[in-house]
Amino acid sequence: MIKNFLKQHAASVLLPLLGTGLIILMWSVSSTTWSKSLPSPGKTWEVSKPYVAEPFAKRGELDQGILRFAWYSLVLVAKGYSIALLIGVPLGFLLGLSKLFSKGFDPIIQVLRPVSPLAWLPLGLILFEKSKPAALFTIAICAMWPTVLNTAMGVRAIPQDYLNVARVLKLSPAKRLFKILIPATLPYMFTGFRLSLGIAWLVIVAVEMLTGSPGVGGFLWQEYNSLIYEHIILCILTIGLVGFVLDRMMSVVEQRFRAA
Amino acid sequence: MAFLELKGVSKGYTTSGGRTEVLRDINLEIEKGEFVAVVGYSGAGKTTLISMIAGLVRPDTGTITLDGKPITEPGPERGVVFQNYSLLPWMNVRENVQLAVDQIFPNWSRDQRRAHVDKYIAMVNLTPAAHKKPHELSGGMRQRVSVARALAMDPAVLLLDEPLSALDALTRATLQDEIENIWERDQKTVLLITNDVDEGILLADRIIPLSAGPAATLGAAVKVDIPRPRDRKALNHDARFKTIRGRVIHYLLGAGSKSQGKVREAVQRPRILDELGITA
Repeated sequence: MIKNFLKQHAASVLLPLLGTGLIILMWSVSSTTWSKSLPSPGKTWEVSKPYVAEPFAKRGELDQGILRFAWYSLVLVAKGYSIALLIGVPLGFLLGLSKLFSKGFDPIIQVLRPVSPLAWLPLGLILFEKSKPAALFTIAICAMWPTVLNTAMGVRAIPQDYLNVARVLKLSPAKRLFKILIPATLPYMFTGFRLSLGIAWLVIVAVEMLTGSPGVGGFLWQEYNSLIYEHIILCILTIGLVGFVLDRMMSVVEQRFRAA
Repeated sequence: MAFLELKGVSKGYTTSGGRTEVLRDINLEIEKGEFVAVVGYSGAGKTTLISMIAGLVRPDTGTITLDGKPITEPGPERGVVFQNYSLLPWMNVRENVQLAVDQIFPNWSRDQRRAHVDKYIAMVNLTPAAHKKPHELSGGMRQRVSVARALAMDPAVLLLDEPLSALDALTRATLQDEIENIWERDQKTVLLITNDVDEGILLADRIIPLSAGPAATLGAAVKVDIPRPRDRKALNHDARFKTIRGRVIHYLLGAGSKSQGKVREAVQRPRILDELGITA
């Protein structure tokens, strides 16, 4: 019985535990051998405990529960991400629908797409002069590309049959857009949305570090400057976990649209 | 002047290897209320022919007129049932038909349109499946939705592009009967494109063979002078049926088979043995 149970769950439970354990072991060994300033796993847990045990506590401006910090970051991401979608979807449709537009703008998009958030932020500060709009600008401009490109690809991939239906019925441009083009493109759009969200979350940390806004990235930088290295690791794990949860959530939504 | 008329129509496509002429010098006249079947090889350009009449593709030369007016673009007065159903997968059966009805009869009241949609869904026996999405339906059911959508537009001409070729023999027979019933009741002008000679003879007033491509053209029309309703089983023993089929197949395998050495699928042979197997 137990043997069977182990066999069945070995792949899904034991192996991930084993892998994680191995990394913690390496971390532990590293902290006692070649990198003395790296806090050990035990020490990290001890120092991080108040932040994890009371995740939403607010003891002061710079001393808050880790999920409270994460929440600040999420709010900022949500705003920047919304801007990314609001610009990215129409831009994607234009690229997908118009060969002229696509020919004109595709090269510059390919050039701007790989630019790092660290490069965009100073430009945002020049443009908007304040750190918050600059942060939103940076998140939006970095995160929108997957939405733009996937939407454009989805529009180009609409089967001719659906377009023929629109032509035979003589649908108006608006009806054609809302009844045919958008529903047909939705699965591609959601793939773009998921990738964009991943990037937006990636960008937030860099942006918060540079602007010093409160959030999980800002906290990380502040704790580095205060020499509390345990909190850096806590932040890294939090950022990773929140990113993972966001991706899972988007993936569920994406699957739903794919099946429909 | 015939109701639907094609004069000297030809169409070619430019490919990497140069230009291929698909259809050459097509002349076709269909009277109002007539049911005409065009039978031909797969890949001979049957779909191109129907796309041109539908207005989705412009011919290179020649003219196509409906009721005296030249066809230059698609329009709802020509209802098309595509080979691959062309249903919108994010809409259920009712919404697929509704989209067409709302578009064609914008002046009707909501209730009127709703009743109209219900009527045509019922006509193809899909009332119990009205709320289902296309992916939940069988091929035959999907094709019936497609037929219902085309009919609900109340088109002057119904264009059927191999509507039954993707279906199994039994579903095919059922839908053939449904198409014939609907035609008898509404007396619509119908152009059926098929690769099944028997199907053409069973349904049509006239059957016209299309020669093998490239540069396919229409052969001489054969009148189907078998009284309706036609019984599928009795038909096989009917002398007139045999004569008509003989003439069509003779053309397709003889004069109409001269292709330019390209690989092509054969015309679907009559299923006499199947029929005998069932009746024996």
